Amino acid sequence: MRPVVWIIVAAILCAPFFAPLDPAAQDRLHPYAEPGATHPLGTDEYGRDQLSRLLYGGRVSLAAGVFATVLTLGLGLVLGGAAGYLGGVADEVIMRMAELFLCVPWLYLLLGVRAFLPLTVRPVESFFLIVAIIGLVGWARPARLIRAVVLSGRELPYVLAARGFGAGHLYLFRRHLLPLVWTVLRTQAQLLAPRFILAEVSLSFLGLGVGEPAPSWGQTLAVFRHVGVMEVHPWVVLPPIIVVIVIFTLLRASDTLKQL
Amino acid sequence: MTLTFIARRVVHGILLLVAISVLTFALTEIVPGDFFDDIKLDPSISRDTAQGLRVQYGLNQKWPVRYARWVESALRGEFGISFAYNLPASQLLRPRILNTLLLTLVSLFAAWGLALPLAMISARYGRSILAATTLLIAVPDLIVAFLALYFAARTGWLPAGGMRDANGEGLLLHLLLPALVLTVCSLPVLIRHIRSALLEVSQAPYIRAARAHGVGETRLWTHHILPAAMNPITALAGLSIAGLLSSSLLVEVIFSWPGLGPLLVEAIAARDIYLILGSVLSTAAFVIAGNLAGDLLLAVCDPRIRWRRS
Repeated sequence: MRPVVWIIVAAILCAPFFAPLDPAAQDRLHPYAEPGATHPLGTDEYGRDQLSRLLYGGRVSLAAGVFATVLTLGLGLVLGGAAGYLGGVADEVIMRMAELFLCVPWLYLLLGVRAFLPLTVRPVESFFLIVAIIGLVGWARPARLIRAVVLSGRELPYVLAARGFGAGHLYLFRRHLLPLVWTVLRTQAQLLAPRFILAEVSLSFLGLGVGEPAPSWGQTLAVFRHVGVMEVHPWVVLPPIIVVIVIFTLLRASDTLKQL
Repeated sequence: MTLTFIARRVVHGILLLVAISVLTFALTEIVPGDFFDDIKLDPSISRDTAQGLRVQYGLNQKWPVRYARWVESALRGEFGISFAYNLPASQLLRPRILNTLLLTLVSLFAAWGLALPLAMISARYGRSILAATTLLIAVPDLIVAFLALYFAARTGWLPAGGMRDANGEGLLLHLLLPALVLTVCSLPVLIRHIRSALLEVSQAPYIRAARAHGVGETRLWTHHILPAAMNPITALAGLSIAGLLSSSLLVEVIFSWPGLGPLLVEAIAARDIYLILGSVLSTAAFVIAGNLAGDLLLAVCDPRIRWRRS
């Protein structure tokens, strides 16, 4: 399974190389063109090349997933680590915060936070906005796990010994606690990244994500809204089907399914 | 014992909701512009009118003042006045909450009703159900919903979206498809969790002892393994409600089900902050209530917890 994922990721990373055309270039004379030599997957309603949009859209969706995961885990590590290591009031405050974030359903939380940010923004800004929102919203669960690991790791004999020998807090955390947390971080990253890619897809689908003309997988799925178009031009379902297959592959490879 | 326990949990839940509302209000400070900035785009509305409206709705105040006003109106049962509708938010939210509850509760019971036996079957025999869940988890909820909608539009057997016919009838028929989609979307995760909980218990020595005493297989699973596995399963109940509400938002938007989801999306586009606050708070209240129900269920199932708390 892994090599397939690397091929997909490589194809998406090198989108400018593989994509036959500019993803934003319109060809108003040929909307919904059939798949053929010039457009391997056909064109969309503005005559834009579907394959190019799929590849460039993958860039946006994958990058959003990866960056949001890094942000979430970074926050989770700092807050969860602080709560577990410092204990006392800091622990109490941070864990109460985590509880707040956990009791709102994530899509409502996501939209709720999105609501208080500028509505119309440029594609690049909206990309960072999405990453920031998705990343900010999900920190509570990893933070709880990391706190638990740090809490028990703090009392381990060799950690106590290191502290007895005069190890500083940062050194102790980096050298002795971080390796313990590392496995949690890795499994969480594998679980979260595909979920965040789906979150970006949902947001873009609701029109609150990456805006036109920048392509994204959420917009690719929006084709299903137009039943009439699907009847007349059945090949428009090709890109969304490919997106589903790719997401399935990523989920399989990330062990998400084993964790559930 | 349970009364003090429930009372403590309810107070805790209310405190959580208060904290969420404070945070949301603090967030509104970050927003550049508000509802009445968009109104000014209309050339027939003057700058002064917009400013007057802003004063009327109290938007010229700082957020602590606005929060105090909102609390006051919440205590009156209004939860703020919606800018876009000029109605108390509670009046707009109430029918939406009921619709969302109807949809999610039906799906919740359907999903749990199906997940328990299916998980038991898949724990006892083979992996074919498990393989099916693998596939279902990977398909985004969006796609399942669209396939169902396409099916309805194509065959015409079921209404494609909405909640009632023009004459106000046909609620059940309209409910069927979105509820089915929600059930299908939440089923695979439930099955997997319940299955692993069951499998873990089925390895326990006392199960082997019961089997050696001649307890029948079916009775063994329903009377010995399932009750013992209830602990992790009930913990899942609250979690599954949160997940269900999130999927419900998408399903409601796609099937034009007049629940909280479409209202929230609309309110975000209009920057109608009290409506946004109201819908986020009510879903949080559902999750908290679900967690409470899960804990009570656990107390009913697990005598150890019952005694510890008394």
